[in-house]
Amino acid sequence: MTPPLSMPGLWQGFAAVLRRDLLLAWKRPGDVLNPLVFFAIVSTLFPLAIGPDAEQLRVIGPGVVWVAALLATMLSLNSLFSNDFEDGSLEQMLLSPQPLPLLVLAKSTAHWLLSGLPLVLAAPVIGMSFNLPVSTQMAMPVTLLLGTISLSLIGSVGAALTVGLHRGNALLSLLILPLAMPVLIFGARSSALSAAGDSIAAGAYFLGAYCMLSLTLAPFATAAALRISNE
Amino acid sequence: MWTFFHKLASPPHFYSLAGRMTPWFAISGTLLIVYGTISGLFLAPADYQQGDAFRIIYVHVPAAYLSMMGYSIMAISAGIGLIWRMKLAHAVAAGVAPLGAWFTFLALVTGSIWGRPMWGTWWEWGDPRLTSELILLFLYFGYMALRASIDDVSKADRASAVLALVGAVNVPIIHFSVEWWSSLHQGPTLIRAEGPAIDGPMLYPLLAMIFGFTLFFGALLLMRVKSEVLFRERRSKWARRLLSDGAH
Amino acid sequence: MDLLSMGKYGFYVWTSFALTGFVLTACVVQAKRRHRKVLHDIARQHQIMESE
Repeated sequence: MTPPLSMPGLWQGFAAVLRRDLLLAWKRPGDVLNPLVFFAIVSTLFPLAIGPDAEQLRVIGPGVVWVAALLATMLSLNSLFSNDFEDGSLEQMLLSPQPLPLLVLAKSTAHWLLSGLPLVLAAPVIGMSFNLPVSTQMAMPVTLLLGTISLSLIGSVGAALTVGLHRGNALLSLLILPLAMPVLIFGARSSALSAAGDSIAAGAYFLGAYCMLSLTLAPFATAAALRISNE
Repeated sequence: MWTFFHKLASPPHFYSLAGRMTPWFAISGTLLIVYGTISGLFLAPADYQQGDAFRIIYVHVPAAYLSMMGYSIMAISAGIGLIWRMKLAHAVAAGVAPLGAWFTFLALVTGSIWGRPMWGTWWEWGDPRLTSELILLFLYFGYMALRASIDDVSKADRASAVLALVGAVNVPIIHFSVEWWSSLHQGPTLIRAEGPAIDGPMLYPLLAMIFGFTLFFGALLLMRVKSEVLFRERRSKWARRLLSDGAH
Repeated sequence: MDLLSMGKYGFYVWTSFALTGFVLTACVVQAKRRHRKVLHDIARQHQIMESE
């Protein structure tokens, strides 16, 4: 492959990284399925640990689904940059003339499409097993949609800071979980409130605002972190 | 003005200046804390609602205030270090983190001890301020863990600075979300629209404790930053000369 | 004696103040120990360089 003489546009750079990550995931479907299976298993643990009382499960249901989604996202974040770090393509990204935050945003988009979106789609099924009322069933995908986008973005900062470190996996969770608290609080609480007939608007607005904030700031922080951890 | 900052940022100058300032901070801080403790424990009258248990706030409030102050100092100096590539600022951030974690721990435990007779439980999840403090402790732990896992000092400085800044953006959001999440607590005691709620013989020990703790924190910070500066400069001539002169 | 019992809250008040004393002391000890360690490291490095 000869290097192109003219510099590809911004959109091409974004699309190339996105397509590459999706293609890699297509070749190794296990990487996509693992977090999803993890999500399902963790959600199953709670009824087994707590007991089959339907009323109790209905109360804890939204919280359990949210915690499971958060942990599943953490699980998949570790490989966000580490595979690219090992095969050297991360270095290529750092050297490319494209703005790094844009490429990072493409990586985050791919990560969300592969780990966040499946969780959003699977949540109603898990919700049914917890006997959640219809209003909550409807609320969960909305809060999870906005929440998982934020989690992918904040998580990318942690993944960038820990790339190439020994025992980076546990460290990543230690760094990111406290930062993810607001998303968890608003996502889980407003989903739970919807069971009582309350509107999820307050929670959804907050999650939307948080999503916008992380969309504007996280790619830059991640790019800075990648440059620091790759010298 | 600028020459003052340049001189301050020069490691040997800072090192000797910090060494000379530490005793003043430590002595004045200790005196204020001793005064605050004696008058807070024995001279201040008991609160008409909380009885003698309110005396715990004499240690809880300064610790809680410094735990947040510590994070602000950490984030601001991390930002300065990242933008202007100033080693001293990174040394401040590195030195303040363990102190902030200790004071957060202190605020958490004293808050919990205060809560036991007041709420009848050691831990009240409904209290937004204690919950925020707990998350703040986790943030400090994450920061220190990241620092500890990177061997190269300069890399650790900058990586943890990015984390501190991301955390600083999040701290107000965390606080707000925890407030929203629940509200079961007495409101802020010291600063209220209609003036301080506690006054006279109850207020003075608290002010003495806040200033005393701050000065003591300052002394500890100077000691820690001194070590951090020396560690970063361990290969320099002045560090070796310092050692051979026997003046530490 | 009345002073020590702090109404019925003696245990809580004294535990809090004792813990505070402990934490402040621990901070001082930790900071001093860290400084000694740095000095020690530099001294050892110095020795290695001289012996070479």
